[in-house]
Amino acid sequence: MSIKDLLTPFTAWKRITKDPVTIRDPFNDRPGAERYRGFHKNDVNKCIGCGTCEDICENEAIDMVPFKDPISGDSGLRPRLDYGRCCWCALCVDVCTTNSLTLSNEYTWVTVDPEDFRYTPGVDKKAWDDNEKGWKKPEGNYEFYNINRVEMHHLHPEDRDKSFVEMVKGYSREQAIAEADRCVECGICTATCPAHMGIPEYIKAVRHEDMEEGLRILYETNPLPEICGRICTHKCETVCSIGHKGDPLSIRWLKRYIADNVSSDKYKEILNTIDLSNNHKKVAIIGSGPAGLSAAHYLALMGYQCTIFEQYEKAGGMMRYGIPEYRLPYDSIDKDIDYILSLGVDIKYNARIGIDITLEQLNKDYDAVFAGTGLHLGRSTGIPGSDNEHVYYATDLLRQITAGEEIEVTDQIVVIGGGNVAMDITRSLARMQNQKFGKVNIITTALEREKNLPADLEEVVESREEGAVINPGWAPQSIEIENGRPVGLHVIKCNSLFDDSGRFNPQCDITKKEFFRGSMIVQSIGQGMDLSYVSEDFKKDLEFGPRGRVQTNAHFQTSVKWFFMGGDIIEGPDVIHGIANGHKAAIGIDNYIQGIDFAPAK
Amino acid sequence: MDLTKMFQFNADRSSYPELDANGKPIIDLSSHKYLKLWQGPQHPGVTGNMSLELTVNGDEIVESITHVGYLHRGFEKLMERRKFIQCFPTCIRMCVAEPDPNEYILSACIEELGGIEVPETAQWLRTLALEMARLQVLLRGVPGQAGTFSLGLGYQWGNYIRDLILDRFEELTGGRVYHMYILPGGVRGLLPDGFKKRMEENLKLVDEFLVNINDLMYNNIVFKQRAVGLAVIPVEWIDKYGVYGPSARAAGIMRDVRKTHPYLKYGELDFEPFTTTASDVYARSLVRWHDLKMTVDLIRQIMAKMPDKGDIKAPTPNVMHWRIPKGETYVKCESSRGEYGMYMVTDGSDMPRRVNLKGPSYTQATALLERLLINANIADTAAIMVSLATCPPEIER
Repeated sequence: MSIKDLLTPFTAWKRITKDPVTIRDPFNDRPGAERYRGFHKNDVNKCIGCGTCEDICENEAIDMVPFKDPISGDSGLRPRLDYGRCCWCALCVDVCTTNSLTLSNEYTWVTVDPEDFRYTPGVDKKAWDDNEKGWKKPEGNYEFYNINRVEMHHLHPEDRDKSFVEMVKGYSREQAIAEADRCVECGICTATCPAHMGIPEYIKAVRHEDMEEGLRILYETNPLPEICGRICTHKCETVCSIGHKGDPLSIRWLKRYIADNVSSDKYKEILNTIDLSNNHKKVAIIGSGPAGLSAAHYLALMGYQCTIFEQYEKAGGMMRYGIPEYRLPYDSIDKDIDYILSLGVDIKYNARIGIDITLEQLNKDYDAVFAGTGLHLGRSTGIPGSDNEHVYYATDLLRQITAGEEIEVTDQIVVIGGGNVAMDITRSLARMQNQKFGKVNIITTALEREKNLPADLEEVVESREEGAVINPGWAPQSIEIENGRPVGLHVIKCNSLFDDSGRFNPQCDITKKEFFRGSMIVQSIGQGMDLSYVSEDFKKDLEFGPRGRVQTNAHFQTSVKWFFMGGDIIEGPDVIHGIANGHKAAIGIDNYIQGIDFAPAK
Repeated sequence: MDLTKMFQFNADRSSYPELDANGKPIIDLSSHKYLKLWQGPQHPGVTGNMSLELTVNGDEIVESITHVGYLHRGFEKLMERRKFIQCFPTCIRMCVAEPDPNEYILSACIEELGGIEVPETAQWLRTLALEMARLQVLLRGVPGQAGTFSLGLGYQWGNYIRDLILDRFEELTGGRVYHMYILPGGVRGLLPDGFKKRMEENLKLVDEFLVNINDLMYNNIVFKQRAVGLAVIPVEWIDKYGVYGPSARAAGIMRDVRKTHPYLKYGELDFEPFTTTASDVYARSLVRWHDLKMTVDLIRQIMAKMPDKGDIKAPTPNVMHWRIPKGETYVKCESSRGEYGMYMVTDGSDMPRRVNLKGPSYTQATALLERLLINANIADTAAIMVSLATCPPEIER
């Protein structure tokens, strides 16, 4: 130690002239940094209330509280923050499926009431709501889950345009697990699905590779998983929360993956339906479409003896006779239906109600009757020439194709209609043209503009891939007939379909005309119900609602107590509504037969 | 003039109490020779919520027992009930002063067991964040040693610059104390515009600070009188008591995970940790001063070498149900206090089966501190504790 050690510390005095560095709070304002994790903000109109923020919060600082009535795709809930628990880690922001939740850079908040520190951002107005700065989900390749869908393998157009082989190949094990991994289990899908299927639960079963559990969950609400896994209108995917910033989950393909990967001979064991009770009550079911099969399945589980009356040679209704084989192979239909029939459900083929047996007779022989007869009648455009024998209805043609009946396919075809049925017939006829002539020449036209086409986008894209010309935005005027055969369709430009009040009121421009040449014209502008099996006397007892549909209550009971109706004739049209209706009607029928007062007015 | 003799304190110290057959000191409180004295849990000389139960004879400590348990936490256990991503805001609290190594070792464990490869840019940013964390800790830790001898001036200087470093943390990570920046898969943001420039301005202040603190502390006769020769850790104790980092380097043992087992980008950086052999409080403090100097240099190297753009996060499985296959791992890094590691066991579920943190404070502030305090002066207790860089939250995690 030296004298230097004694003197050196005094060099600190050289700083005596420096200013103090203290911030004089609160006189000096000090805003938080650009990324500061301050108080929460929420864009309540962008938020869908999926609750993923609540799930990820490790402090349980977030509660989902009611904000408005739930609607399709929005739970109606919004996150409420408890600042007694929050640690401002901002995981809730990073995981947010809609990017609606952010943090501001505000960090001072003085209040006398501790309850104030529990608030719903965006709903309870705060001074920092318009604060632009603060934490947002980092940009770039930064996601807490994969927002891109695992691609499904499809047959290439050149491999599929001549045959009715199924074009969607299904997921492999790795693909299915990767796709199932994307789910955040928000349940918005379950709320939207007409059958309220346990979607997050069966997706979890895929993740855990527990197909048996997956199948059990599927059959709780849907006895036709093979079919729905292929052709469901997947309203669940439309609202999927991941779809807000990426691709929605392939919920439909995951359902198919479960059903495809369980052998049909294990179904009864897995679903515990080997020994079903029998309560010696009988229920007649008219039609073996989704609604009828669903009702038969759930009634059979409850011990009822069900008999299905089917007008055609095979069961399945529109699923078999309306949907082409390349979308829904007959094997898949048979797998689902065979299982339902194996539960002791009896089926009578080629049995037409009103002709072979009357409804009144059914009432005498059975304890209750359920009718799910679907929409089988084609609707005509009513334009001049539409009554020609070579002007067809899509539903008739699709049924004939399934039944193996000969169809006179010409080398030039015009299809009128822009829905999925129009695409089905377009693509079926395109395949047949390809088989017969080696080329496709089909024009499909519709009133709607391209972006408003009712058909699924993938159907339109795939139709074009297969060679069909989709030319929407035209209103059919007349079918030109020469020598008893159609030669083409006259159309004029259709500018808009609905007026300002949303009513159907097409506005056309008669100066823009077009002529689509075609020696075969197919009309596919919607279907109607065929209630010819209901006698006129019986009709008097039925209450009819708006648009000619029979009025039913929440359990699809008509004003005639023993007569239940469901499926496309009541709601839809699609398979999943039919399944949901059949399930609810089964519960209603059970209650009716047991004499329980059950159904509130719809 | 030899000042050593002039300032030498040669009190007549009592002999160590007699030992029993088991080697335990025989302390008879009823003899009125001894006094129980509690230092902590609330005491300015204790670096957090822990307490030392001292048995003193006059002003000489004859026995010391460390008591922890005032924080009531159990984060390791909590993590067994948290999804992997939820462990991320939990683990940082295991060392409040320096949260970043917690984030890093947790993320590294999860990434190793989950098979995640961290992008290049994210690895550089992680290295930067870890060095910035060391910088802000040492800016208080180095002058803090003088603070225990009532020289608080350097502490004020350091704290001011530390606040500026926290500003940099705030703009990089969104938080000043809990940065929550390094998360499983990567980091949470690129450098903001102009960050390097502002950081360099701050580093210049640290350069100046290093010179000033050198004058203030290491060439200070009072500091030398108090610190030199105080609480010497013999080399043979280094392994016996599990001494790591600066404390080991002060005893001449090169223990620095950055150098011995390079992780992240440390292998690409040029640095040589300082070692000395005196192994007393003065030597340990001097090692930290050199560490601070090295950290400034490392941050400059990182900022020069790191890419400006690139992926900040590797794609991970969905964090809401990220299940990690069965396995176990131990990941370590160099915190400002020494080797800081995490042992994690996974069982294939979406939560860790077991998490165990291995921090230097646990061994150093319990067994070693108890040993070092024997025969020390009461007034030196805080100095010895600080020289071991004791962090009670890390002991009681």
